[in-house]
Amino acid sequence: MNLTEKPWIWAWLGTVSIWLVIASISGLSAGTEVLTAAASFGTFFVLVAIGQMFVVTLGPGNVDLSIPACMTLASTVAMKVMNGSEAMLIPGFLIVVAIGLTIGAFNFALIILLRIPPIIATLSSSFLYLSTAIWYNRGLRVKPPEALAEFATGKIGVVPLLAIAVLILTVLMHFVLHRTYFGRSILAVGQNAKAAHLAGIPVERTRFLTYVMCAVLAAICGYFLAGFSGGAALNMGEEYLLMSIAVVVIGGTSVAGGFANLPGLWGAALFMFLLVTMLNTLGLSAGYRLILTGAIIVAVIAISGKKR
Amino acid sequence: MINDLPVVDVHGVGKSFGAVNALQDAHLVVQPGECVGLVGHNGAGKSTLMNILSGVLSPDTGTISFAGEAITARYGVSEAKQFGLRCVFQELSLCPNLTVAENARITHPQIRGFGWRNDASELIKNWLDEVFPDNGIKGDDVVGDLTIARRQMVEISRAFSSLDEQVRLVILDEPTSSLDKISADQLLTFVKKFTAQGGSVILISHMLREVLSTSDRIVVMRDGTMVADDATENFDRDRLVREMGSVLAEDAEEASAETARANTARVIQIPAKDGIDLNVFQGEIVGFAGIAGQGQTEKLIQIFDASNGKVNAVNIDNAAAFVAGDRQAAGVFPGWSIEKNISIASVRMMVQRYLIDPLQEINISNEWKERLGIRTDDLSNNILSLSGGNQQKVLFARALGSPAQIVLMDDPMRGVDIGTKQDVYAILKQEAENGRTFVWYTTEMDELKHCDYVYVFRDGEAVAELPSHKVTEASILNASFDPATAA
Repeated sequence: MNLTEKPWIWAWLGTVSIWLVIASISGLSAGTEVLTAAASFGTFFVLVAIGQMFVVTLGPGNVDLSIPACMTLASTVAMKVMNGSEAMLIPGFLIVVAIGLTIGAFNFALIILLRIPPIIATLSSSFLYLSTAIWYNRGLRVKPPEALAEFATGKIGVVPLLAIAVLILTVLMHFVLHRTYFGRSILAVGQNAKAAHLAGIPVERTRFLTYVMCAVLAAICGYFLAGFSGGAALNMGEEYLLMSIAVVVIGGTSVAGGFANLPGLWGAALFMFLLVTMLNTLGLSAGYRLILTGAIIVAVIAISGKKR
Repeated sequence: MINDLPVVDVHGVGKSFGAVNALQDAHLVVQPGECVGLVGHNGAGKSTLMNILSGVLSPDTGTISFAGEAITARYGVSEAKQFGLRCVFQELSLCPNLTVAENARITHPQIRGFGWRNDASELIKNWLDEVFPDNGIKGDDVVGDLTIARRQMVEISRAFSSLDEQVRLVILDEPTSSLDKISADQLLTFVKKFTAQGGSVILISHMLREVLSTSDRIVVMRDGTMVADDATENFDRDRLVREMGSVLAEDAEEASAETARANTARVIQIPAKDGIDLNVFQGEIVGFAGIAGQGQTEKLIQIFDASNGKVNAVNIDNAAAFVAGDRQAAGVFPGWSIEKNISIASVRMMVQRYLIDPLQEINISNEWKERLGIRTDDLSNNILSLSGGNQQKVLFARALGSPAQIVLMDDPMRGVDIGTKQDVYAILKQEAENGRTFVWYTTEMDELKHCDYVYVFRDGEAVAELPSHKVTEASILNASFDPATAA
């Protein structure tokens, strides 16, 4: 297969060219710093985008809008329970996973039992999760345990520790998507749910597991993001809603379902961060920055879409 | 003056896709008031030619004229429509989310203003009644809710329907593949009426009986070119088959001895609700018959779900595999290679240490590609690169390659050529002898002859049970309408 036929190539081309612009303006060492920052922030984008990608791949109409609320609730509860104690790191993590499992199952229950379209189900359920987080902690910020903060911000050389961990996860998920029965089932359901059913694939179980996996990844992302940014905050997930979808789409995953890839997520996450950085470097005001960000995203999707 | 010229004159047209010559030096002339039958194997180039005529594809070489006017490079779908050309393709083109009337409006944009829905509804209903009397389809039925047979009726009626424009040529590509005998006959009768009034029809069908009975002239295609073009009275079934290039395996007409139920374990049992008990024994080929859309497909799906433990009304112990007849909606995974489309029903068995073993996947696909003769040089090509009949073979390969011992088939031979059918019948027989069980819904009388036992359906239930020696067109029709006389 020709490299230009790979759906993820465009996100990476964009990333490389933007980085070249930044490096040529600010020099190589500043360029490296920007890259480290991009890896730090991009890691969180990728973490939620992996889950979102699997959900979107389930087919038209499938999307999880409760990601930000899930991040917020999971991290709020975990930070308060741990209360800065390092002995509570593991129990805190387990709580986060349990909240992810619950939220995923609840989302799916709304979708399947009440037959609510996923976009509405996850949007409305996210109000519940957010309200629960407010009720639970009155919006107070609790500091994360020292070790968690150290891990979340730690680096080996210039490479963030978390980025390495999520990179390993990405590789694993690549195998999950392309080589496991679960991944094959998701792709089949996304292309033709009826045919998948008649080929013996457990369609509903596949969808259930996918929504649960997405919520668990979002919850875990919230846990580390709270460690990274000095505590859980009610608005911490805000930019992750659009970001998770943008990263998935720019990364070359089909919104219509049935096609997905993981390399594109990294390309797109770095692209999104570098894009904003470049516009900053060029000294553009916020208004222009937003306009250009939007225009460039549209351009990337249009170009890559034509090649598909 | 227009009447003197042929409606369509295709002269030396060629078309290739990459290295594949789909069409070379094709010639076809259709006169006004003429029905031309077009036959040939899957992949002979019929669909490519029709796509060119209808403006979907443009030819690489050659000329095409409509009523003496040569088409230009700008020729496209809308020009074809303006000329009065309508197509009913094998893969239906109705929008499933719209109603019958709204779909009719798509073909007739001049219907507008207040009450356009009523106008469109009236138009399409008139034509439905004209072509398929007593069809029972309503203008506000959502197309996606209709059975595939009724969708096909709507599609066909819409193609013939006209408001003020003249419909000069209608291309029917396998129009009867989902229709039962009665509706198919209605259509063929209408085609004769249409041509008697001066319209022209190109009838593509694998049902040679229909082509022989309806068309005035028959053109045979093979390997992308015309190999015979002659008046219908000069053809018979044997000559057609010979020209198409396949030897007709004599239908196994073993003077039917009294057939008893197989002396094997009962693998499926459905207790009667309104009709009669339905039993299937291991190694049998059991047919579901009756008028299309009487619940045969639903019953197959019910049996399939029961095999996965989701339904209790059916007793079944073994795993079942399903061969869909409605390829687009229920069979093909359009984004996948041929290989993945074949292996999907088997991959669960190929998992080793959580991962699917790619070698086993290739092996099973290769094995069934060979056994069914799927025409491709590379299994990693996209499934949609295959002709319709070959896609159907892939669906057979999927089910037969799976470990399931019961195979459920939902009118699976739609748009499959006669040579392929013979191959598949032979493999079904062979597999049945090896202990596999088949439940086969079909709208074709000929196929019921391959069944050991046939259940006739009416109103969603089996109402009559016929051993193979009692299966005749009369007995099936009889049971379809009046269970008391046939049981």
